[in-house]
Amino acid sequence: MAGHNHPSYLKIYIILVVLFIISVLGPEIAPAFGAFAKPIVLLTAFGIAIWKAYLVCAYFMHLKFEKIYAPYILLACFSLLFVFFFGTATDAMFSNGHNWVKPVSEEAMVEEAKARSYVLHGAHGDDHGDSHDSHGDDHSEDKAH
Amino acid sequence: MAHQIIATGRSRTGIPTGRLAVWWVIGSEILIFGGLIASYLLNRFNHGPSWSVEAANTNTLIGACNTFWLLTSSLFVVYAHAASERRDAAKTRMWIWLTIMLGGFFMGFKAYEYTTEIHHGFTLFTSNFWSFYYTATGLHGFHVLCGMVIMAIIAEGDIKKGQNWHRVENIGLYWHFVDIIWIFLFPLMYIAK
Repeated sequence: MAGHNHPSYLKIYIILVVLFIISVLGPEIAPAFGAFAKPIVLLTAFGIAIWKAYLVCAYFMHLKFEKIYAPYILLACFSLLFVFFFGTATDAMFSNGHNWVKPVSEEAMVEEAKARSYVLHGAHGDDHGDSHDSHGDDHSEDKAH
Repeated sequence: MAHQIIATGRSRTGIPTGRLAVWWVIGSEILIFGGLIASYLLNRFNHGPSWSVEAANTNTLIGACNTFWLLTSSLFVVYAHAASERRDAAKTRMWIWLTIMLGGFFMGFKAYEYTTEIHHGFTLFTSNFWSFYYTATGLHGFHVLCGMVIMAIIAEGDIKKGQNWHRVENIGLYWHFVDIIWIFLFPLMYIAK
């Protein structure tokens, strides 16, 4: 791909870093927006991730200047991925059929997760980690569904 | 002795064989990582509250540092590619080794993060979230490691001898893709809590 003029890589990189900073700050400032907090987090996290991926693809990978076959290859694989996703999502997203077994409720899973969370307990010490080591193992089978 | 190149280009696509092969590798990797991410999203939608509590334990600062290392390494590898087009062996090797260095930073930070998490009792078998976390980030880390090894081979085995310049671009494409995967893993595992 030597036949095209390279874009300013540094400029693209600076844009990527700015977007990265916004994506990290998003969850920090989102609570100030009340009801819009969740959409803002999703937008700054995943919207910006898609934008960053586009910039890397288009300019660093030169996909914008590549022969059309390369985007076709990637689009074909993406299409296949969506077939897999929607083929299984319609079944996996709904657990209200006749043959579903749910031995552990979501509430129980939340309680278990809270019990082993060192962030919620505010303890980062070594002793805390040791005490939860066995706890996590005890419940590993219950949660493997 | 340099190997004999059998086919350097495909007349139908107009893309050099090596680069076309890398695009196919990337296509297959989309299915591998895309499948993992899709499964993660399905579980996240179904078990939002419990997965949110689990995700709160991941270290955002380390995740952010690793994102920065990979973004910067993407810049360095594209500089290596530009230098290889000028047939500047010294600069090409310098940028490749700087990229490898940042890959090393990534792996070092990841190792520290894994150690801390395992120490706190979060292992591959703790819960579905942690299974996904270790599988996705572990597989990604393996790709980073492979990229570093291949880049070192290209820098010392090819560029130092002034041959196979096109390989710099090929490994660059792979490295950018590894960066893109992390761009999506970072918000999934560290931001969306």
